[in-house]
Amino acid sequence: MYKTRFTASLAALSASALLLAACAGSAEEGSSSTGSEGAADGAPQELNALVWCDHTDPALLEPFEEANNVTVNVRDYEGTGVALGILEQSQPGDWDVFVIDSVDVPRVAEAGLLAPLNKDDFDFDQFFEQVRLPEIHEIEGTLYAVPEKFGYNTVAFNGANVDAEAMRDLSFLWDPALAGKIAIYDYYIPVMEFVGLELGIEPQNITLADLPAIEARLGELKEQSVLLGDVVSTQTALATGEVDVIVGGGEFSTSVLNAENPELDWILPEQGGIRWQQAVGVVASSEKQDLATKFVQHIVSPEGQAALATSSCFWGMPANKNATLTDDQKALLRWDEQAAFIANSYPYYIPDAELDEAMLDVWTRVVAG
Amino acid sequence: MNSHVRWRGWVLVGPALLVTLGLFAAPMVLVIITSLYRREGASINRALSLDNYVRILTDATIHQALLNSLEVVALTVAFSTLIAYPFAYIIAFRVASKWQPLLLLLTVLPFWTSYVVRSYSWLLVLAKNGVINQTLVEWGVLAEPLAMANTRFATVLAFTHFFVMVSTLTIYASLRQIPTNLGPAARDLGASPLQVFLRVTLPLSIPGVVVGAFLTFVLAIGDYITPQIVGGGNELLLPQLLILQVSRRGDFPLAAAMALVLLVIVALVYAASSKNLTLERRK
Repeated sequence: MYKTRFTASLAALSASALLLAACAGSAEEGSSSTGSEGAADGAPQELNALVWCDHTDPALLEPFEEANNVTVNVRDYEGTGVALGILEQSQPGDWDVFVIDSVDVPRVAEAGLLAPLNKDDFDFDQFFEQVRLPEIHEIEGTLYAVPEKFGYNTVAFNGANVDAEAMRDLSFLWDPALAGKIAIYDYYIPVMEFVGLELGIEPQNITLADLPAIEARLGELKEQSVLLGDVVSTQTALATGEVDVIVGGGEFSTSVLNAENPELDWILPEQGGIRWQQAVGVVASSEKQDLATKFVQHIVSPEGQAALATSSCFWGMPANKNATLTDDQKALLRWDEQAAFIANSYPYYIPDAELDEAMLDVWTRVVAG
Repeated sequence: MNSHVRWRGWVLVGPALLVTLGLFAAPMVLVIITSLYRREGASINRALSLDNYVRILTDATIHQALLNSLEVVALTVAFSTLIAYPFAYIIAFRVASKWQPLLLLLTVLPFWTSYVVRSYSWLLVLAKNGVINQTLVEWGVLAEPLAMANTRFATVLAFTHFFVMVSTLTIYASLRQIPTNLGPAARDLGASPLQVFLRVTLPLSIPGVVVGAFLTFVLAIGDYITPQIVGGGNELLLPQLLILQVSRRGDFPLAAAMALVLLVIVALVYAASSKNLTLERRK
């Protein structure tokens, strides 16, 4: 009896397995056939991009996808370290396009992760001169990434509750009048560099010896604050009135909220701010170099730049000065003040490994209280 | 045992075994190996070492984060149990049987809402411009809004709300296992209602309390979302520190070591409470 039932079960199991194997086999054959003929019969190709979240906006991707019959798969990340971890765990050919902080381009290119680009594929005359930075986007004259977007880690605030003129002095952040009204953007590098500016230390000059002073000043700022959070958390706190100031915020914090509350604004203090800048390149191991390069060209085209600058995730200045933005959008980005802002800001400076670790230790000590 | 029976056992257990090996054991081995690597600059040094564990044992900031986590979780377990027990008791012994399923359904109702949405809801309730502060200010009870959001209080409150239903269900299950004749028997022997509760009902319901407390502990100790959204990231808990290593520095080895420390803590708590981790009726 048992034997019969067991045999029947085994037979059914075997039959199911065979059926599944047969289905899988035919599906595999089907996909293989479709795949091999895909290019010929117009089936869409796929492009995989490792990006910041502003590149996930359909307004940026869809025009390229439709024009080139391609599906762009995006995975967003925060922090170059994470992106490098993802690349390290991937197989060659998994990724085609890489959006990266400009300051990280040299080390990533030197690690062999970025493919050389042809300078003639890009019209650099259309770019803001100050953000071209060939010294970091090129190595020995070879282009590895194209600048695409920039902005500032500075101060965002609610003009209805905070005096905009007072905010021009960075030291005002430590004023008791702002106690309990501050949120701190939780990216330790730009925020600590910003605090360093208040102490008169330019980002590229920060050393291990400066960290005790920065830690003490950061600790005082933490006492003033009610929360430390990412872009969304700090934005939410500003939008709901929980705080009036975001330290480390900027146009990326307030521009998407401006339509709902025009009082939400940002400013570059007299002491300056930290300028972040992104670049886009092609992954060296990509098997679709031409298509990936075409995508990079789309990103830095006037239309692509307008979509990227006003992305639903966060706004920022386009690197291409011909970006097809409206006057209202330009006003929100403070387009006309960019020359002065660039002159009074410091490129986001990535410390070496030892200083980076020491800075994170300082940050965690301050957060831990 | 003949070979057919042995075969049959393997066939029946095989799929579950494969899933466990593939989706739990193998990733766990990877995490253990990764925790023995070191991040150096932008790359990972794959030479095996105990550096990450030495750092965890010696770094005062990590100790503080762990202590913060344990304090928050202990408060959550305590408040959840204190609220859940009377609630479960009332449902089990003071509500007619036909209404009990409805009350249990209401108990789990908050589970039907997304965890993130619930966290943001608490943020809006506790915010300076939130329902509580606005009401108290308008009624003249408060001159200024209280700082409730983005605090440890907010984290513990949200955790308690999320997990009180877990304890309620486990305690209820335990209470329902108690033979109904034990209480009257104790009363016949001269015990007061309080004595019946303290010497009969409470001891027999301890397994439900322990199971609920353990589940609450496991769910809360590794939670990143609630302290981040409701607590405002103001207090460094171990999951916060772990995510910081991954998201900002890509230090996967140190993060893996921290994750394993969390796992060991859960295992220790399990070992300490394993005697009572059952909802079956005690013999």
